[in-house]
Amino acid sequence: MKINDVILQTVAKVVVFIILTLGVYIFLAGHHNPGGGFVGGLVLASALVLLYLSFDIKTVHKGLPFDFKLIAALGAFTVVAAGVGALFFNESFLTQTFLSWTWPIVGKMGVSTVTIFEAGVALAVVGVVITIILSISEDV
Amino acid sequence: MNNLVVLPMIIPLLTGIALFFFRSLLWLQRLISIGAMLAASAVSIYILHLIQRDGILRLDFGGWKPPFGILFVADSFAMLLVLAASVITVICLFYAFFSIGKAREKMYVYPFILFLIAGVNGSFLTGDLFNLFVCFEVMLLASYVLISLGGKRVQLRESFKYVAINILSSWLFLVAIAYLYGAVGTLNMAHLSQRIAEVGQGPLLTTISIVFLIVFSLKAGLVLYHWLPGSYRVAPTAIAALFGALLTKVGMYALFRVFTLLFYHQPEITHTLIGIMAGITLIGGSIGAIAYQNVRAIVTYNVIITVGFILIGLAASTTMGYEGAAYYFIHDMVAKALLFLLAGTMIALTGTAAIERMSGLIRNYPLLGWLYFIAILSIVGIPPLSGFIGKMLIGQAAIESHSYLLLALGFLSSLFVLYSLLRIFLNCFWGETIISEENEAPLKRGLLMPSILLAILSVGIGIAPEWLAPYVQDAAHTLANPEEYINAVLED
Amino acid sequence: METLMILLAGILVMAATYLLLSKNFIRVIIGTAILSHAVHLLLMVMGGLKAGNVPLLGENAAPYTDALPQALILTAIVISFAVTAFILVLAYRAYKELGTDDLEKLRGVDDE
Repeated sequence: MKINDVILQTVAKVVVFIILTLGVYIFLAGHHNPGGGFVGGLVLASALVLLYLSFDIKTVHKGLPFDFKLIAALGAFTVVAAGVGALFFNESFLTQTFLSWTWPIVGKMGVSTVTIFEAGVALAVVGVVITIILSISEDV
Repeated sequence: MNNLVVLPMIIPLLTGIALFFFRSLLWLQRLISIGAMLAASAVSIYILHLIQRDGILRLDFGGWKPPFGILFVADSFAMLLVLAASVITVICLFYAFFSIGKAREKMYVYPFILFLIAGVNGSFLTGDLFNLFVCFEVMLLASYVLISLGGKRVQLRESFKYVAINILSSWLFLVAIAYLYGAVGTLNMAHLSQRIAEVGQGPLLTTISIVFLIVFSLKAGLVLYHWLPGSYRVAPTAIAALFGALLTKVGMYALFRVFTLLFYHQPEITHTLIGIMAGITLIGGSIGAIAYQNVRAIVTYNVIITVGFILIGLAASTTMGYEGAAYYFIHDMVAKALLFLLAGTMIALTGTAAIERMSGLIRNYPLLGWLYFIAILSIVGIPPLSGFIGKMLIGQAAIESHSYLLLALGFLSSLFVLYSLLRIFLNCFWGETIISEENEAPLKRGLLMPSILLAILSVGIGIAPEWLAPYVQDAAHTLANPEEYINAVLED
Repeated sequence: METLMILLAGILVMAATYLLLSKNFIRVIIGTAILSHAVHLLLMVMGGLKAGNVPLLGENAAPYTDALPQALILTAIVISFAVTAFILVLAYRAYKELGTDDLEKLRGVDDE
């Protein structure tokens, strides 16, 4: 039986962007408030899972031709590399620092090396979640 | 601050992740993984030398001073084990190149071996109880994947049991950590030791220590080894060798750390209990070792006997016992890896694991037979080989602490080890040759080289133990005097 | 409040034990997941449920809540997430391969 999923697909197209935005917000909020890489990553992954649910794997794969295992690996690599980076400045492993520059218009803005670490966490979470979902769903 | 200390964990971790990007380039995967482990071994040797010169090294992650941050502490005991583990991994990787098969190689077996060793090295080096939990989990997650990789039916069943039992023991670990944190308010091992000494190890703390004892016994296979034979038997040879050589050692290391550094005030309760458990393990392992007709099963039960034997050294809790245990740790990593590799090679050559279906292999594969003979002598503890000195020192420690029953059990179990392994030798290598020269499967040199290397290591450690002696003595000295560890961590 | 939380953790452990003792893959897995939640609660209670301030923002802070249990719990959650995910995939593979999700029926399947 063919299931009519017009409503799901139409809603998903809008909702996915809302979820993605929320994910990015939570990720960035994590520096001072509740949130961060892990939670943000889970939210981002849930957006992708919604896509996989409402369309099928093939269609989504056409739009997002990534190997999510590699994304997880990239994320994990970023996490460890962010810690190892400190070694090159003769600091302890995992030492963090805050870099800031003065920009035109927006003024002084900075980025902490923790953000790199957290971005890695987020990528790893997205990669792992999607890999697991796909490996279970592949041969149903 | 010394960033070197983190390298034995970080090198395998980082390269392991990097290998994910070279899935189809198998030669590159092999090259990078073995290069990484060689580098880790070299760094370990260097750190070991530094410790003799400068004392115990430590690294505070992110520059947070203990007891606030997490940290790695490298003393001689930890570094000896890190070094041995890294060298064994190099050799097992070498064996894996020739035996594990393209399918598994493409399923990321090398990255997960590297994660496993990263977890193992991290567990040895960490100076924080919660971090120990995390490193344990890194190691266990990698081992879950390695044991289920390939997905044969029996493998899936055993790995489900293995995962379930380990989740349960990790849960108990967290419970114990939570209680300990509630009781003394810190998780830094040196700080914990100090606080426990200050408030005295009352009934509450002793109870918590027994929860830790249960946790690590599950991981080490002390009494609670029911999960071990099944799961070690189903993994491919190279991986089973790694498991047999390393995984139980990590649990035992944790027992040594916790019961020499933290809970050493009530030895009449905790250490007596450890002694009893060691005795039961020796008996159970011995029964298992002679009960089976399967080469893999016999070899696996030998792992359990060793667990009991090494922990006699902890139960005796004298400097000599620690020294013997340190020797025996190193010896056993080498010898068990050798034994597992040889057993796996025999199975691969004959296509069966049942000893009654093998016979007269020594005529087909003489070198294999003699290597196996060396392995037997080494494990039983015949003098010029590596098992002897550890066995002797642990025996002396048992006499020193008047635990004669443990002494008797320990050496009786050696007889059982001898019997169980000689049974394989007599059945499989001696006797009438049933494989004719035309039918014999060719023994690839790559399968034999790792075993030869391990045998050389075993003989080398046995002939020249004075080469290791200063390190081992320092390790035992630090274990017997926890204040040295505390001073190195808490004072600048 | 602490007593209540401990009771809650106890109830969770109770439920999880029941699930763990059943023969069904999925029930065992859900059991392990609930077990980990119970221990997270325990960790939180052991740090003390004080109504304090945000930890260490500024030098003369008001009484603040212990931040360490949070870090421990977050790490434990991530680990239990990874382990649960893995065991789910494993159970699924085992179900596909062995054709059953009953642990009892797995006894003695082709033992070499």
